[in-house]
Amino acid sequence: MLRFLPALTLLAMLGPVIAGLWGTVLPAFGHLPAAGLSGPSLDPFRTLFDWQGLGAASRLSLTTGLIATSVSLAIVAFITAGWSGTKSFRVLERLLSPLLSVPHAAAALGLAFLITPSGWIARLMSPTLTGWDRPPDVLILQDPLGLAMIAGLVIKEVPFLLLMTIAAMGQAQPRRSLLVAQALGYGRPTGWLKTVFPRVYYQIRLPIYVVLAYSMSVVDVAVILGPSTPPTLSVQIVKWMSDPDLAMRLTGAAAALWQLGLVVFALGLWWVGERAVAHLGCHWIASGRRGRFDGPVRVVSLILGGLSACAILFGILGLIVWSFAGFWSFPNVWPDTFTWRSWDRHGPDALATLGETFLVAGVAVGFALVLVLGCLEAEHRSGRSLSWRGLWLLYLPLLVPQTAFLPGLQTLLLNLGADIGRVPVIFAHLVFVLPYVFLSLGDPWRSWDVRNATVASALGATPNRIFWQVRLPMLTRPILTAVAVGIAVSVGQYLATLLIGGGRVSTLTTEAVALASGGDRRAIGVYGLMQTFAALVPFTLALLIPTLVWRNRRGLHE
Amino acid sequence: MNKGLTLRNVCILRGQSPLIEVDYNISEGEVLTVMGPSGVGKSTLLAFITGTLPSGFKGMGQVLLDGEDITSRPPHQRHIGILFQDDLLFPHMSVGANLAFGMPAGGTMTARRAKIDTALADVGLSGYSDRDPATLSGGQKARVALVRMLLSNPSALLLDEAFSRLDAELRAQVRDLVFRVAKERKLPVLMVTHDGEDAKAAGGKIIELESLTKN
Repeated sequence: MLRFLPALTLLAMLGPVIAGLWGTVLPAFGHLPAAGLSGPSLDPFRTLFDWQGLGAASRLSLTTGLIATSVSLAIVAFITAGWSGTKSFRVLERLLSPLLSVPHAAAALGLAFLITPSGWIARLMSPTLTGWDRPPDVLILQDPLGLAMIAGLVIKEVPFLLLMTIAAMGQAQPRRSLLVAQALGYGRPTGWLKTVFPRVYYQIRLPIYVVLAYSMSVVDVAVILGPSTPPTLSVQIVKWMSDPDLAMRLTGAAAALWQLGLVVFALGLWWVGERAVAHLGCHWIASGRRGRFDGPVRVVSLILGGLSACAILFGILGLIVWSFAGFWSFPNVWPDTFTWRSWDRHGPDALATLGETFLVAGVAVGFALVLVLGCLEAEHRSGRSLSWRGLWLLYLPLLVPQTAFLPGLQTLLLNLGADIGRVPVIFAHLVFVLPYVFLSLGDPWRSWDVRNATVASALGATPNRIFWQVRLPMLTRPILTAVAVGIAVSVGQYLATLLIGGGRVSTLTTEAVALASGGDRRAIGVYGLMQTFAALVPFTLALLIPTLVWRNRRGLHE
Repeated sequence: MNKGLTLRNVCILRGQSPLIEVDYNISEGEVLTVMGPSGVGKSTLLAFITGTLPSGFKGMGQVLLDGEDITSRPPHQRHIGILFQDDLLFPHMSVGANLAFGMPAGGTMTARRAKIDTALADVGLSGYSDRDPATLSGGQKARVALVRMLLSNPSALLLDEAFSRLDAELRAQVRDLVFRVAKERKLPVLMVTHDGEDAKAAGGKIIELESLTKN
């Protein structure tokens, strides 16, 4: 049984991606039996290229992705260079780790509440600094350059990349390299960038590619913060895919392939950039320059990192305040009155949606956990560890843009006449939950001291008994953390729920994003908060449960 | 039939190159000491005997226990106890649960409990059954690890630098206890160490390993 789990895992993870891509390719070339159309033809692409907005949408997709990724990486690299190993760094790390679980949509909604012309920042500065006594008519939100969207992506990717960097540093032994560099007269940031960063970068490369692919094709953040005329390519694809006119799906499919091409192009561009930076970096190292900007780098990076954390924290605070706000006139910083009315009105529905959200997340994570534990145990018993190729396969579902294969998967399900609803949604979530659960659990699982297994088997314990009675209990904490990561990933899924659910499955994320276009801030506050809550509670439990269960076992808390 | 632990023409390869070769019969109650610098593959030899050789290594030859070839048996059916330099008590189990884990199944709960209490008392740890292993001192942990191993009724004992984490005085104490018990139970013992004192205290034959792969 155990032998088949790795293959089953690959099937669950890559099957929908491949099927989805197939389901995209067919209609992109004019083949859609459900609409009575059969190809091949290039008409869908002709329609796509005739669309006025294609240039702007493609440019937006590329710029938001590349800028958001570079800025996030730069902030993370400079913060780590300037501060790793210090007290401030640990504070920032503690601050950012829980933010990782805040869903993209909730973070984007919170940010929107901060930066809209009638948001908190404008209110704080008005009327003293700005002279505004009513909200100005400027488009800070949904600006045509996508700056607000980039900001929304950066505040979420900084925690992700920072935690990836910290995890990667465990293997690079940064302290010793830094000591040597400092003894040779290098300041902390320059020394770190020259000695540690190249090795760390090698480790976080795949996560960076994921960030790039994700930022280019994200839908929920783009709906909330991105420009609307024209929207980003991904948003337009979703519009085409949900058009009542089935023929529009052909254009949508062609656009999805175009999107895939753009992502591949951007990844290639990034790859070339890596080489250029590496080349320049080697020069910089060989030059022996000790770095002239160590001071400013430290200060600026800390400010940016702090800003990024504060944007999410105050954004969530904004959601809280709006959900309790009665009448709130401009430019007052606080609502004129506080009331339970929004919770009374939206609370019961939100709670029911929370149930649906957890049901989908729970089943998907349950499957993921069984598959991942099975794979890891099979890996342990066969003595073969995950190869580089295996790691790439694990990252593949995260690298293929969602907008490229989810519409195809939806079309395929329609063609098959399969029921669209909760079960397909769960399996679509599994595609994204699986890799994250695997990545989260893999390292702690492999760094478990296998001599424990040797001792247990020397005591006569069978492999199954070792698995259930020794390894699982000893790894309670990382397993629960992986479960929490999986739930957070599932809770945050927007496109998979929207498209595969066919509008019949609504989770807190789809509801919150749907509300975003309406502008009822109190309702957005309620749903955004519930969404954050749904992602954060499992993490809190993952911390609490082992502490309670193993309260008399000190050896498990070190 | 040869009683004891026999290593017959054992040769361990890393990739293609031979790492160590041993051909020896450890009789009941005898201690064979294998010495050598670190990295020479001493622990790999023990891993071959317990059946947990990591991938990348290949073992040849046979391991016989009381005349029976156990070379291809799975680790949990070999009846070979092992002690590492770390106690490796399972941190999620109480001291008593650790011991119960190692005992062969069977018998009433009261009988098992009594057996555990006696075994603990034998090493001066009466009443420690419900303790969290993390709250024990280094010497106490070492003794619990020894008792846990003995309660599983092994037919041979491997020591992988088992005393190297203990300070000098404790080290002698624990070492004498282990050797005494092994003699009483007529267990063949294979000890791997880089410490001359350990080898002297064992009083048996010493095999000095040197690297077969010269750089």
